[in-house]
Amino acid sequence: MNSQLEKIIKKYDSDKFRLMDILIDIQAEFGFISKEATHDVAKELNMAVVDVEQTLTFYHFFTQKSTGKNTVYLNDSAVACMMGREEIKKAFEEAAGCKFGENSADGLIGLYNTACIGMNDQEPAAIINGKVFTKLTPAVAQQIVSGLKAGKNVQDLYHQELGDGKNAAAEVKSMVRNNIRRRGQVILNDFTPGVALKTKLSSMQPKDVIDEVKKSNIRGRGGAGFPTGLKWDFCSRSTGEKRYVLCNADEGEPGTFKDRVLLTERPEMLFEGMAIGGYAVGADQGILYLRYEYKYLETYLEKVLEDARKDNRLGKNIGGVNGFDFDIRIQFGAGAYVCGEETALIESGEGKRGEPRDKPPFPVEKGYLNMPTVINNVETFCAVVKIIENGGNWYKQMGTEESSGTKLLSISGDCAQPGVYEIEWGMTISQMLEMVGASNVQAVQVSGPSGQIIGPKDFDRKICYGDLATGGSMIVVDKTRDMLKDIVLNFMEFFIEESCGSCTTCRIVPKLMKDRLVKILNGKGVMKDIADLEDWAKILPVSRCGLGQTAANPIATSIKNFRELYEAKVQKDVDYDCGFDMNKAVQASCAFVDRVPNAH
Amino acid sequence: MSKPIVATTSLAGCFGCHMSILDIDERILDLFDLVEFNKSPIDDIKTFTKQCDIGIIEGGCCNSENVHVLKEFRKNCKILISLGECAIMGGLPALRNGIPVEECIREAYLEGPTVTLNKEGILPNDDELPMILDKVYPCHEIVKIDYFLPGCPPRADLIWNALVALLTGNEMDLPYEVVKFD
Ligand SMILES: Cc1cc2nc3c(=O)[nH]c(=O)nc-3n(C[C@H](O)[C@H](O)[C@H](O)COP(=O)(O)O)c2cc1C
Ligand code: SF4
Ligand code: SF4
Repeated sequence: MNSQLEKIIKKYDSDKFRLMDILIDIQAEFGFISKEATHDVAKELNMAVVDVEQTLTFYHFFTQKSTGKNTVYLNDSAVACMMGREEIKKAFEEAAGCKFGENSADGLIGLYNTACIGMNDQEPAAIINGKVFTKLTPAVAQQIVSGLKAGKNVQDLYHQELGDGKNAAAEVKSMVRNNIRRRGQVILNDFTPGVALKTKLSSMQPKDVIDEVKKSNIRGRGGAGFPTGLKWDFCSRSTGEKRYVLCNADEGEPGTFKDRVLLTERPEMLFEGMAIGGYAVGADQGILYLRYEYKYLETYLEKVLEDARKDNRLGKNIGGVNGFDFDIRIQFGAGAYVCGEETALIESGEGKRGEPRDKPPFPVEKGYLNMPTVINNVETFCAVVKIIENGGNWYKQMGTEESSGTKLLSISGDCAQPGVYEIEWGMTISQMLEMVGASNVQAVQVSGPSGQIIGPKDFDRKICYGDLATGGSMIVVDKTRDMLKDIVLNFMEFFIEESCGSCTTCRIVPKLMKDRLVKILNGKGVMKDIADLEDWAKILPVSRCGLGQTAANPIATSIKNFRELYEAKVQKDVDYDCGFDMNKAVQASCAFVDRVPNAH
Repeated sequence: MSKPIVATTSLAGCFGCHMSILDIDERILDLFDLVEFNKSPIDDIKTFTKQCDIGIIEGGCCNSENVHVLKEFRKNCKILISLGECAIMGGLPALRNGIPVEECIREAYLEGPTVTLNKEGILPNDDELPMILDKVYPCHEIVKIDYFLPGCPPRADLIWNALVALLTGNEMDLPYEVVKFD
């Protein structure tokens, strides 16, 4: 066996539950994961080769062929396209001499697409050799490629200053900007690490912590909005030899990037929140599941963890509380939106393909390694720290009756001030649009592709549970955009690409719906197509997880709120048009058998 | 009143659906009392001789001839029924839809393990032959289809109930057993 490979496998004790880490290291070391490496890993981990391949082929950033000596991953999400991705793509292709999805002939440059990389407020953006490049222009793309061809280090090709705050820290050195536009009372307010851990927990029993979180009425910030106190309570009551606290930092919903800003500016707070969670439910091990796209933060986050250990905010007898032991490790994903779904995240954390589990049992009963597990979003853990510091009653005063506290919004698209805003729940969409400097607004995509696209008649609605609940992604679309093509079609392609493929509904219906949408966009649609789309959308909620359950939303909600856009594109005087074109359909086979098509 | 006229055809199917029509057993005699058959493999009438009321289609479209026949049916029948999985979804033949058509032809005529006689590597390209489509299309992606009867093949009872419902104008009797497939 290759000695480098042997070293990697040893580093993780040949533990099959660490297969993700092993594959990530192999990919980084060799640029791809070869057949031989796959066989060696299977042998050393005592696994079937197909089981290793299952994991390997599931994730976007694992490849079985080289992706070039230098690899460009260019974001292809809706906002990237709105901000001029097409021109950047062309410039990369011209400079590299190959198309996206290929390597250049000399193998020096590989060009690949990737889903939203969490930079919607500074698009067009790409990850190049692991470094994030934002606000690209065609000229910059060309410079980057010629620099890489000339053998320059990718960091020497930065076209912008380092970003603000910790983006400029020695361990990060990134051009990414935080774009924090509004600081609320809770998360982006001043923060001193360790206050909650060291001054509050010593006088609180685990049950008191859970009660305080319950009192605050905080609900999960990852999107589903489950009451956090209740979740912790369930977990603390479940039986198991060991318990785990997992943080969901997969942040894959197109348009959200607030967790990235928290990981950059508030990692101490996040880790403190996880430790408080550990104390509350009786867990001594935490795992931060971090999306691969944020790997540029790894060294920095490891240092923050190390500092926390030194300062007794992690480790043994934390804050002087006897028996309060807790530590955290970072688990990277490898590019799969579905891994943000909590049970898929657990599967992935165990080294498997990110396929959601059947529920129940829920993770609070059987989670990571089948032990009781709490999973929360980054923002949820951060908020808990302030709840413990200042009390549940303090927290509850903010926001609305049903939705207490503050919420971070990731706002992007057609507005003057894209970025992260900490608002109190209850703000209306109109107020939000004014806050971000948006005018001439056609629509707002609330909560990303899995949410809904709403128009002006709904702009008086409130951002809160019970009305417009949201994980925080807000995309503003102005009147110059072709909404169905620029937004709806892009989002449908996203879901088709990201489905894990387990449920027939999720695997097939979004594809059929997208084809029908394309037919309408091509002027071949009829009224019946709109009715079909509405009917088919109703099938999807039977899917196993939230991805499939919401995969029709881009089409379903745009028909609901912008029916006129569809009706304007379909033929009114025809009641059936299949869009079938015989000449096109026989072209390939006739060419292959050397025959002139004679269709009539 | 003259009897309603029925036509049937098998496109890219296995004739299993037609077998299932015959599987209505002795009721076939009742059927002949109720309807007149026109173009159909059942009576071997090859071309439409008059306008029909009901057209029953087995199989999807894998070549230009299938498309041609299907369009003829649409022209000559008031009501079209897609009968069986192949007509409704493409069925077994549509398994090739994930594979480029060139590869399918290469496998069938040049490189497949059972290709032993085609030493010169001849590919079928005579103008008389139907042209192969890039993929197998379900019928409703070529012409408008009015009703769909699922199954592979649909049970004889389902076909019978559907025809009786159509002919009598009554609601269709669809007990669980006739639409349960496993
Ligand atoms: C397809 C899919 C993707 C998800 N992605 C994320 C994500 O990136 N981050 C997140 O916190 N929650 C995500 N969730 C929600 C999680 O399943 C889970 O509800 C959440 O992490 C719980 O934490 P919370 O209660 O603090 O919100 C996703 C759900 C689905 C169905
Ligand atoms: S709904 Fe989609 S993503 Fe979720 S489990 Fe089913 S196939 Fe997988
Ligand atoms: S549906 Fe089944 S029985 Fe009917 S033609 Fe297709 S394969 Fe044959």
